[in-house]
Amino acid sequence: MTRPSKPAETIDPTVRSSLWQSGWVNTLGRSLALVVVFLFFALLVEEGKFCSARNLENIVRQSAVYATAALGMTMVIIAAGIDLSIGSIIALTVVVVAWVLNLHGTVVPAEGPAQDVYLIHQWPVMLPLLAVVAGVGIGALSSLCNCATIVGLRLVPFIVTLGTMGIFRGLAKGIADERDIYPPEGTWISRIMDPTLAPWIGWLTGKSDAAPEGLGWCILPLGVWILAVAAVFAALVLRYTRLGRHMFAIGSNEETARLCGVPVGRTKITVYALAGLFAGLAGLMQFSFIDGIGQPTTAVSYELYVIAAVVIGGGSLMGGEGSILGSVIGALIITILNMGGQQMQWPKWVQEIVIGGIIIAAVTLDRLRHRRLR
Amino acid sequence: MSSTPAAAADAPPTRLKMQGIHKRFGATYALRGVDLAVRAGEVHALIGENGAGKSTLMKVLSGAHAPDQGRMWLDDRPHRPRNPLQARNRGIAMIYQELSLAPHLSVMENIMLGIETTAGPLVRWAEMRRRATRALAEVGVDEIPVETTVRELPIAQQQLVEIARAVALQSRVLVLDEPTSSLTQQDICKLFALIRRLKAAGLAIVYISHFLEEVQEIADRYTVLRDGQTVGGGVTEEATFDQIVAMMVGRKIEDLYPRSPRRPGEVLLSVRNLAGAEKPTSATLELRRGEVFGIAGLVGAGRTELVRTVFGLDAVTSGAVRMAAYRGPISAARNWRHGAGMVSEDRKREGLAVGLSVADNVTLPRLDTVGPWRFVSPSRQHRASRPWIERLSIRCLSPGQPVHALSGGNQQKVAIARLLHADVDVLLLDEPTRGIDVGSKVEIYRRIDELAVGDAAAARPPKAVLLVSSYLPELLGVCDRIAVMCRGRLTEARPAAAWDEHQLMLAATGQEQNT
Repeated sequence: MTRPSKPAETIDPTVRSSLWQSGWVNTLGRSLALVVVFLFFALLVEEGKFCSARNLENIVRQSAVYATAALGMTMVIIAAGIDLSIGSIIALTVVVVAWVLNLHGTVVPAEGPAQDVYLIHQWPVMLPLLAVVAGVGIGALSSLCNCATIVGLRLVPFIVTLGTMGIFRGLAKGIADERDIYPPEGTWISRIMDPTLAPWIGWLTGKSDAAPEGLGWCILPLGVWILAVAAVFAALVLRYTRLGRHMFAIGSNEETARLCGVPVGRTKITVYALAGLFAGLAGLMQFSFIDGIGQPTTAVSYELYVIAAVVIGGGSLMGGEGSILGSVIGALIITILNMGGQQMQWPKWVQEIVIGGIIIAAVTLDRLRHRRLR
Repeated sequence: MSSTPAAAADAPPTRLKMQGIHKRFGATYALRGVDLAVRAGEVHALIGENGAGKSTLMKVLSGAHAPDQGRMWLDDRPHRPRNPLQARNRGIAMIYQELSLAPHLSVMENIMLGIETTAGPLVRWAEMRRRATRALAEVGVDEIPVETTVRELPIAQQQLVEIARAVALQSRVLVLDEPTSSLTQQDICKLFALIRRLKAAGLAIVYISHFLEEVQEIADRYTVLRDGQTVGGGVTEEATFDQIVAMMVGRKIEDLYPRSPRRPGEVLLSVRNLAGAEKPTSATLELRRGEVFGIAGLVGAGRTELVRTVFGLDAVTSGAVRMAAYRGPISAARNWRHGAGMVSEDRKREGLAVGLSVADNVTLPRLDTVGPWRFVSPSRQHRASRPWIERLSIRCLSPGQPVHALSGGNQQKVAIARLLHADVDVLLLDEPTRGIDVGSKVEIYRRIDELAVGDAAAARPPKAVLLVSSYLPELLGVCDRIAVMCRGRLTEARPAAAWDEHQLMLAATGQEQNT
């Protein structure tokens, strides 16, 4: 077949992807926003405290929880869904992990008083591993419940997850008997988010005497490495697997995807299962982050921070858009705003107003950018 | 579609055959025995008025609807698709007016959607790119970059991407539903060149279009549908426009249309060179008190857009609209205040708040009349809507009954009662009789006539009515003057007596100059 002659005017000028709309500028813009927000607080908070190693590490530790949950949320939002139950799933995971670590029985020896015997003391490595499996498993299971309801009963994700947000929170409280669970301290699982970088720097500069022990060899907290691996995994799934591309296709035009033979139901189930898996991981981090306490009231309104991170990162609630790198940057921005606001000693209400404003501004900017496409 | 034995020897094999297809939705017959045979390597035009059953027939072909009766063969093997996906996998590719692409994905991914090349769970991007590029080259549009996101492409190129997808799937039958309706002349030429290449490659192409000129240019044979039946067909070259139009229209005007003598008064609505975002491109009209002005045209010609633009629902890009003496910026709220009201063609989604009661719907634009200050009194709403329920004989249990519980005809009367309650002078009615039974239609015609005449005794001055309709007998029967919309342009208005169905159809299909 011969190539037809093509008059110059048939090529629409909009076909050339302008630099303004390319993905790189997009990510660059978000990174720039991150730098601006950071510099803002770095300059305002007194005596450069904001740039101290300890504070930087705290930012990374806190944002790792948001970002890990945001990985799954990014996939869900790309597929034009939403998951409001993420915060409750994190709390459920935290409680389940604590409950497993806290397994104990009472032994009455031949002489002397009865003693509590903790399983953890017999299985110091295995039991935390079991706790990890149980925690991540309960996360994936909760999310599968969400999806079975959404796909099976053809309900709107917003409503289903609004309901399960209450159900999972209730379950968490039920398992914990409405109290905080205090499992034995010092298990490795409760230390995956412990600061490591700041102690190292302290030791290197001679401010403290001992090098960090335990998980100190990780340089950064283990949870942050887990996030990094999970993020790379999620990004690869989205870009390089059929599953990932089907998520985009479903979010972009579900009817077309169905017509073209994309297994819509199966893809959605996988998306939510993955989201639950990531929420479970985030739950593990949260457990360590709150010092290894099984607190059923933790992570309240995290779903909003996570959704905000995805949206700031370029996700569209209409589906078809979103990026892992963007969401991670979004999580960092949210955290910096949170922590910066605290350190500036802004009242809580001011912080809330500022974060709300930033989210709306980010989405507005995105819409303006999209308008150029039409 | 019989051919002599001698011709049959030369003729290419029949690719697709549909025989005696019936399809009923509830009590209405959409298809009542349609036959269609399309050969490999031909372009076969499917022609018919709006509602003749073309879309339903194609939905049967593509597996979206199962036929109640009748059989289909694809390359001499029975074709009974259970769903669109199965039909697609067997080689039936549909290209609808509203394209089915995933706008956020790249050209290459759209072409390969559902048939991705993979190694294990991983997508093989290089192979995807190679195949997509080859499909684009086969349709001769390799200037489209495969990496571009589809929504960044102009509509004409998006359409080509969809055709490339059909090619990549190795389709055997390609259905193009009104493919040129949103294309420029230049794009149409390119599309036709492409269709000829695909035809030469042996594809069977079903071409649905209202534009007989295009049919004449591109199609080898044609089949005409009317009221769900095949009424004729043949070789395109041997048919004249007049013959085809006669087959399309072919029904008598029933005596349904009451018409009292009317005396047009002052101009109430004047539209000058109006253009909207896409359509209309140019429209000029004057609507006088005591007159019914009809707008004919095909679906997609821009009639609804014209009404919406006049009423302030769509943005005006150039031109002017003057409602009575008012000539400032227009908005729907201002229009209600200045004595204009509109009935939307889309009753369920736009025309009525179907979850609310009859009384709520009737009083909605003028809630100021049913309570002191800004309060709304439900009892006064009911009292205000009762006279309209009686006058229009709306069958409902009470003014408090939700609108979705009423029949289509009664719902439409509620929409009209709203204009009467607001006591507007200018009524813009977009397809007011679509999908309602004949009895309700006649009642609506009678009401339109009453409004245009007015009633001096009851101190009701005549009103002005703008009526948009696809149903030609209705326009000819009810209107005083009629203008025709064709591809966004409104022709000059002529008295209804100067038109007949045939001429309206010719004008609507863009053929007027040729006759």
